[in-house]
Amino acid sequence: MEIIDNLALGFSIALSPYTLILAVVGCFLGTIIGALPGLGPSNGVAILIPITFTLGLDATSALVLMTSVYYGAMYGGRISSILLNIPGDEPALMTTLDGYPMAKAGRSGDALVLSGVASFVGALLATVGLMLLAPMLARVAYLFGPAEYFALYLLAFCTLGGMASNNQAKAALASCIGLGIAMVGIDSASGMPRLTGGNLHLYDGIDFLVAIVGLFAIAEVFFFIESHGKNSSIGVKLGKVTIPWKDIFDTKWTMLRASGVGFIAGILPGAGASLGSFMAYMSEKAIAGEKGGFGTGVAKGIAAPEAGNNAAAGGALVPMLTLGVPGSGTTAVLLALLMTLNITPGPTLFTDRPEVVWGLIASLLIANFVLLLMNVPMVKIFVRVLMVPPWVLLPGVTMVSFVGIYSLSGSYFDLLLMVGFGVLGYVLRKLDIPTVPVILGILLGGNMEDALRRAMVISDGEWTYLYSSPIAIGLWIAAIVGFVAPMFLRSVLRKPQRITD
Amino acid sequence: MASDRIFGLVATLLAFAFIAGATQVQTSFLSDPVGPKFFPILIGIVGAISGMFMVLRPDPEPDWPVLRTFGALSVAVIVLVAYAFALKPLGFLLPTTLAAGLLSYQISPRPRMAALAGIGLSVGLFIVFKFALGLGLVVFPKGLIG
Repeated sequence: MEIIDNLALGFSIALSPYTLILAVVGCFLGTIIGALPGLGPSNGVAILIPITFTLGLDATSALVLMTSVYYGAMYGGRISSILLNIPGDEPALMTTLDGYPMAKAGRSGDALVLSGVASFVGALLATVGLMLLAPMLARVAYLFGPAEYFALYLLAFCTLGGMASNNQAKAALASCIGLGIAMVGIDSASGMPRLTGGNLHLYDGIDFLVAIVGLFAIAEVFFFIESHGKNSSIGVKLGKVTIPWKDIFDTKWTMLRASGVGFIAGILPGAGASLGSFMAYMSEKAIAGEKGGFGTGVAKGIAAPEAGNNAAAGGALVPMLTLGVPGSGTTAVLLALLMTLNITPGPTLFTDRPEVVWGLIASLLIANFVLLLMNVPMVKIFVRVLMVPPWVLLPGVTMVSFVGIYSLSGSYFDLLLMVGFGVLGYVLRKLDIPTVPVILGILLGGNMEDALRRAMVISDGEWTYLYSSPIAIGLWIAAIVGFVAPMFLRSVLRKPQRITD
Repeated sequence: MASDRIFGLVATLLAFAFIAGATQVQTSFLSDPVGPKFFPILIGIVGAISGMFMVLRPDPEPDWPVLRTFGALSVAVIVLVAYAFALKPLGFLLPTTLAAGLLSYQISPRPRMAALAGIGLSVGLFIVFKFALGLGLVVFPKGLIG
């Protein structure tokens, strides 16, 4: 049994006291980050990367810490959705639909516990799925040559643009901004500087961490200045928390189905957790029918999106680890972490550095149990966190971002670039241009160009080589469908609006 | 409407500039069939097409903030730029107190609270960074403490 050996290896790493402490700290920080309105998994993980980097953690420890933060943030997102009707992060939007009405009906404790259990089921099943599926996919990934990788990168941009945005042209433009930024600097193949405008600071290229922190964290500060922190928490009340056994028992099939749906949505490149929770909620709503009372605060309406979103978070790790193609904004940030740690995701990761992969999977399993324990009995502590006023939180986030980026390079130029990316992020989000393709472009641009150029070297400049294998043809078709199909499905797949009082 | 058109136009022009810049990239003798120019030019073309689409088929206008909020945003940007320049020569505590306080004031205009937030954040974060995380930060400018 290969998988048991691998897991034993993983647990031997994850159960060391030091790694265990990192996992617990990561879960705690992650839940807080997820719960705070204005700090989601993407920007939370983004501002922590430079800090972990300067701490000098080794690859496995850093990865364990950050993925615990990632899972924790997925759990934490539900707290502000349920209590305040403000999704702490985008995937938690669907949880507001039934969570907030249930809290208004005086059952906020039940809603929090139920959603915590649903998160646990979703995340646990997804981690098991990751364990089974990732090694298989890694074996398939050995068949990928440069032509297939080029098509795969294209697929990621197309589906991300197709699904995550309301306007294809804007998503394509965002991808081009990211890819264009990735081109700046020394060309690795010919050693010639490109598009630097003669600025010596740009010869090294633009560090993706600078762009990520700017686009996610600094842009958020501008949004809070615009709203004057009005979307903040006042008067959060939570009574005695008991465990609603009946609701948990009643929703067991819902949780299982939603986990399956979410996991599959998470695996699709570019779809991610938002789509996972959306699909899970909509499919359960369809199964329950009119009598289900979805949207009025029913238990199934809370269990489905939470199980779906956490399962998708696990599913999104599958393409990220095996192919190096992230499935969502947060996994794009995790990919940035891997690249910072000099780990190249892909099939070779599973054979060359099994301790990283299996240590990570084992700590995800542990993190899940830690999170369940933290989120059910200790939920009151995290509710307190919601009281942190935005006029302290956001300046704090800014200062942490500055120190983190500054500690990477010690150059004021990176800080200026970060502020510039913050302004860009604000304008892009105002115009409804998605920022995740920008990040993905910066991260993958170099690899995508390399894949194209290596493919052309192999075929000696013969373009048909790009779609000469069945895998490549399949990926090209999927990419085109993923980009075009949402144009026609838009009326069907319209996202439900947040309920307002 | 107008915002999308303007942004699309700017993006298109930038894409053309990007293409023009890419054609100037020097090729070395170590060249492959594609070379270092092709991919950037391709990106520029796709970007220009997307930009033109935004000009031709704009989405409804977003709610831009009122002029005063733009003022607050510009102040925030200036504070951040100044902070970027000040962090190295002036040490951590002074610029952080000022920058955090000013940002806090922009979010919620209550001077006393903002000042408290500034001082609390700079001291609190300094303790966390210096002692819990062990980052080497300069406390005060060198000239001040000799």
